[in-house]
Amino acid sequence: MAEIIQAEGKQKGGKKKAKKFSTHIDMTPMVDLMCLLITFFMLTTAFAKPKAMEITMPEKKDNPNEEAPKIEADRTINILMSGNDQIYYYFGVADPKLPLPDLIKTDYSKDGIRKMLLQRNKTVFKAVSELREKVIKGEEVMADSTLARRIKDLKKSDKNAPIILIKADEKAKYRNIVDIIDEMAITTVANYAVVDISDIELQMINGTAVSAPAPK
Amino acid sequence: MTPMVDLFALLLTFFMLTTSFRPTEAAVIDTPNSVSEKTAPEKDVITILIDKENKVFLNFDNGQDTAVLIRKEVLKKMAEQYNVTFNEKELKTFSTWASFGMPAEKMKAWINTPDSKDREVFQTGIPIDSTDNQLNLWVRFIRLQNPNAEVAIKGDSDADFKTVKHVMDILQDNQVNKFNLTTNLMKEEAKLEE
Repeated sequence: MAEIIQAEGKQKGGKKKAKKFSTHIDMTPMVDLMCLLITFFMLTTAFAKPKAMEITMPEKKDNPNEEAPKIEADRTINILMSGNDQIYYYFGVADPKLPLPDLIKTDYSKDGIRKMLLQRNKTVFKAVSELREKVIKGEEVMADSTLARRIKDLKKSDKNAPIILIKADEKAKYRNIVDIIDEMAITTVANYAVVDISDIELQMINGTAVSAPAPK
Repeated sequence: MTPMVDLFALLLTFFMLTTSFRPTEAAVIDTPNSVSEKTAPEKDVITILIDKENKVFLNFDNGQDTAVLIRKEVLKKMAEQYNVTFNEKELKTFSTWASFGMPAEKMKAWINTPDSKDREVFQTGIPIDSTDNQLNLWVRFIRLQNPNAEVAIKGDSDADFKTVKHVMDILQDNQVNKFNLTTNLMKEEAKLEE
């Protein structure tokens, strides 16, 4: 019995002592750890998710003799790209048997190729920007997918919209191709394709192409 | 001290919840800019990286089905083609790594190099020329294992179009006609002059 009383007495004494202790804990190690973790997450996080532009290439033909689909020459604009960010365009077709079209030199700036594309694609561009403006102003309310479909329909509606053939030679950089495909998106051109460059076009860039005599 | 700790705790929670880890890549690639706002696919994707020295690297994921590790199966197939054998541990290691670029013959040595700095020496690019077209085989085997796989091309701005075109040709030989070109978002405005 005496022992128990003694133990009780001891416990009571302990409790009294504990009250004197401060309730503060040393937080420094925890803060250190949190600092480390924050640094780790800040350095490894990828905030900007990578974007991608989709491009569908014309399917390769099994039969090389099969003819490419015919497109109207007066709607066609050919864009030729070469090294050192050189870019040219011409209208129509370059046929060695016919007089060669004029090759016009331009650049990647907004007064260069974009101006020409906008001029040629005026009707579609106007219609698309009007629609976009209406949506922004709230005059027409539609879901994003509906807007995308409406824009697609508008692009298809113009039967005189240009058809762009994008051709690059071996000296062109990857950046040039992406820039040009991007211009197509900016100027809302619906019909474009990345195709191989022909010999006569290579000669046109080099300035060695010989024009056939004009028919009498 | 307490307010600082509170702030730290908040920041830490924010970063932990929003984080998506940046994948380690075999080469530093500076992608060109575009106006495209479509986010690049994250799952079921074959990424072909082309750096500014025109070296080609490849990355592909293990697919949605966690029971089959696609990377493992594809490496097994490649090993058969090039008379190399990988043991289970090597296959497992490969399945957890990301992009790579070396001839298949050198992959065993690459996997068994413990130090990541030493490993970089092996990244010489995947052969794509017609005499030894290993990229073609890789793509074919990946597509056989994972028919849903999309293709993303992540090229450096200064890579040659010739190489990119060659890679696209190889892909088209494997019935891939749709590509995702990875780019940085950069807004551009166009105005029609009246």
